[in-house]
Amino acid sequence: MNLSLELMLQLSIIVPLSATLAIVATGHIPNLREGVTITSCLILIYLMVNLYQGLSLGATIRVFWWELLPGLTVSFDIEPLGMLFALIASFLWLVTSCYAIGYMRCHQEKNQTRFYSCFAIAIGAAVGLAFAANLFTLFIFYELLTLSTYPLVTHAGTENAKKAGRTYLGILLSTSIVFFLLAIVSTWFVAGTLDFKLGGIFSADVDKIIAGTLLVLFIFGIGKAAIMPFHRWLPAAMIAPTPVSALLHAVAVVKAGVFSILKICVFIFGLDLLSVLPTTQFLLYLAGASVLLASLVAMKQDNLKARLAYSTVSQLGYITIGALLATSSGIIGSSMHIAMHAFGKITLFFCAGAILVSLDKSKISEMRGIGRQMPLTMFAFFIASLSIIGVPPTGGTWSKWFLMMATIETEQWLLMVVLMLSSLINIAYLLPLPFHAFFPDLSSNRESNKKANKKANKYSKKATSSANILTAIPIQEAPLPSLIAIVITTLACLALFIYPQPLFELASAVLSSRE
Amino acid sequence: MIAHLPVLQVIVPLMAAPICLILKRAQLAWLFSLLVSSLTLLISILLLQQVMTSGVVSYELGGWQAPWGIEYRIDKLNAFLLLIISAISTIVLFAAQTSIEKEIDKNKHTLFYVLYLLSLTGMLGIVATGDAFNVFVFLEIASLSTYALIAMGEDRRALWASYQYLVMGTIGATFILIGVGLMYQMTGTLNMQDLSQRLPEVAQTRTVFTAFAFVIVGVCLKLALFPLHHWLPNAYAYAPSIVTAFFAATATKVAMYLLIRLTFSVFGLSFSFTTIPLQTLFMALGLFGIFVASTSAIYQNNIKHLFAYSSIAQIGYMIVGFSISTVTGLTATLLHVFNHALMKCAIFLALAAVVYRLGDVQLNNFHGLGRQMPLTMAAIVVGGLSLIGMPLTVGFVSKWYLLTALLEQGWWPVAVLILFAAILAVIYVWRIIEVAYFKEPLVNQAAVKEAPMLFLVPIWALTIANIYFGIDTRLSVQVAQAAAQSLFGVTP
Repeated sequence: MNLSLELMLQLSIIVPLSATLAIVATGHIPNLREGVTITSCLILIYLMVNLYQGLSLGATIRVFWWELLPGLTVSFDIEPLGMLFALIASFLWLVTSCYAIGYMRCHQEKNQTRFYSCFAIAIGAAVGLAFAANLFTLFIFYELLTLSTYPLVTHAGTENAKKAGRTYLGILLSTSIVFFLLAIVSTWFVAGTLDFKLGGIFSADVDKIIAGTLLVLFIFGIGKAAIMPFHRWLPAAMIAPTPVSALLHAVAVVKAGVFSILKICVFIFGLDLLSVLPTTQFLLYLAGASVLLASLVAMKQDNLKARLAYSTVSQLGYITIGALLATSSGIIGSSMHIAMHAFGKITLFFCAGAILVSLDKSKISEMRGIGRQMPLTMFAFFIASLSIIGVPPTGGTWSKWFLMMATIETEQWLLMVVLMLSSLINIAYLLPLPFHAFFPDLSSNRESNKKANKKANKYSKKATSSANILTAIPIQEAPLPSLIAIVITTLACLALFIYPQPLFELASAVLSSRE
Repeated sequence: MIAHLPVLQVIVPLMAAPICLILKRAQLAWLFSLLVSSLTLLISILLLQQVMTSGVVSYELGGWQAPWGIEYRIDKLNAFLLLIISAISTIVLFAAQTSIEKEIDKNKHTLFYVLYLLSLTGMLGIVATGDAFNVFVFLEIASLSTYALIAMGEDRRALWASYQYLVMGTIGATFILIGVGLMYQMTGTLNMQDLSQRLPEVAQTRTVFTAFAFVIVGVCLKLALFPLHHWLPNAYAYAPSIVTAFFAATATKVAMYLLIRLTFSVFGLSFSFTTIPLQTLFMALGLFGIFVASTSAIYQNNIKHLFAYSSIAQIGYMIVGFSISTVTGLTATLLHVFNHALMKCAIFLALAAVVYRLGDVQLNNFHGLGRQMPLTMAAIVVGGLSLIGMPLTVGFVSKWYLLTALLEQGWWPVAVLILFAAILAVIYVWRIIEVAYFKEPLVNQAAVKEAPMLFLVPIWALTIANIYFGIDTRLSVQVAQAAAQSLFGVTP
């Protein structure tokens, strides 16, 4: 096929959105419906790869759709940062769809058609957001993303799910309506334009106080970046089926948030202005507090998904810090962390879902010794944990390296300590799980285990036989499609350590690319 | 023919109303009304075209010259309103026959159309005329037919609601009449154009102040501006559903038009906003209205009540835009008049469809309706999102203009309040969505089906308009802006 790049850009938004219709139409034949999903995933990836090649050859890819009000347009423009985000989102959509097919069928979830169709809208929205050429377009897709993920969060339809849905929608919509929209209108009013432009759109003599207030409004308004105190929606969203948590609440939605922050820092404020604003320091400390507090809260969670959610809140803080540090290594680190954290966290969520499906366990305290039943899953969990912590041989090493460099360059010693401390806490809350899974007997709980066994012996002889069964547990991995997905993302974590070059090039092109 | 358009706009439905009586058969009367309403729509489109290209159209009734005879004067502002009213009326009429079959006695069907056309006449007349006394006449035509229409509701409380409205409406109309009388006493003229030239000479007299106070309060009663809104929720809730859909989209808009016309054209900007502290007063009332009514909406269990309160809140938005008294502010108000007509008409028509299937619109009846009446519910969702002001819906466009207007004046605290109010809208809209989509259908409603086509077509025409005008804003913004500019005497 010989499509022009502009057409491909439009298709990359239209394909997932129109896939929704096809999914609804084929809803009564599950296999066909999933076929539609997978096909559109593949088309989207094909488009992305072509767009990436076009971009790396130096093409400008711009599309104008329509003008809403004079000067207020819906238009798209691909730059490296958006390309990076769109690439990750579309690639992981394929992987997650593969995973979801296994998970949703095995878990016998209802309303699967609604699930897949909303999923497709969400991806379309994420791609649109990534390629947006101005704040207004970004805002449209930002809200679309919120609305399309709401039915996914409340998927179960239970009282709890509805309550979580209220928190989710309440926080995301309120922040975006009150702060984000106000910031956009004010920016429009102060700068006279909303177009993203490298180096910022504010004139040099803009009032620092006003610009500083706008920055605060933006950071608060982008609730999807989950900076404390606007993070409550993310743990609440964990009530959703695991594939949703994996793709949307570890990749698409939250990364849409930090992506927007990065984009606004680089293309609305510009790094020069950002570094002299009076509120930047305050926001940096706020993000730092978010990193540390969320890590501490994560340690306390016994529900695996909740722990991962708080871990995400903390990791998102890293990216915000990188953006606000306003140096090139900070931006590179943040951009790379979007990718690295995406692969790491999605693997962790996949594992959590696999454990839930095969063993019906969601609490960490119950997961002792499951390494024997699910060796592959737990090994994947281990690798992904390393990536989140940021140690070799995983991709997370690189992004954390750049973020550290940025704190040193700007002499933000306190933040450097925060980042290091948080990494230590990461170890404390992630690694015990695979450790106990593989070596249940080495833990201090051995005594109590023995006691329990003795008790069981006392009461019935059958207990011994069941204990025997426990020792000879058969391997009970997740369904094959899900397992494949886990393996792919785990390998990606490793591959990104050895071969981070394309990612690094994209990330460093963000600041240098065009006029 | 073209020269007579301004009067035809009003005369056609007026003459058609008694003909309905002769037609007798309800079906025939329905088709006839639909035809007449479409004709008024056509006339209003032609008028708008004419006004946009060649400026103000003036028509002398019976050939009597302007200050003595009655003048119909169509400028950009009322051409815009005429279009809204006749378009909404036509769309609503599509569903009328199906809807009233369930809600109104068979023998009253013909009467329904007579009254409907009369109230249409009244509204069009108020907007088209350039004569202050004529306004009162048409106001009474519209009001009297409205009281009767509301009283037709099948719930017995409709009588009480109609009576309440009758009392309040009559007070309002009387106030307007007193005001007009005082103005006549001071200037000796009833022609608005003439009034606007003569009033400044006598502006500093107590009589003119009194006249101003009377007309403004009278109009605000009709407008249901907080705190004069008590008649509205019951009137909307207990009227036949189709009547609610028509009035929610038009009646308050006509009052809004009168307010703008009187303050800007008749009394003049400097008198209305400088001599009298109307700005602060309206800004405060508008904001109070938004918050009080939105909060009340959250606690309603009758969905018609809920959206009625939401209407009062939306009037608050219009008043805030109006009280800014700049071109952008007035543009925002006019845009919201148009946009709000689209959203509320869609929502209330969808509710009419729900009443058609279920007989009631209590929140409890909405259980599982998302699955049983997917298209109808989807329309309510889109309308709700539009009320919240999501981008790509019409609600966003008017909100954007309102915010820009506020920031232009540096009134950012008000802008923040306006944004906060949207959260209240999220809450009341989401109460419905949660019940409709996440509850199992009630046992006795298991067999409920999607609404018939005669409902779905108009509902979705409006819903698509809700999105279309949120994307392609050329028509609405251009006309609203031109109207606002001409009111300020700015030549574009």
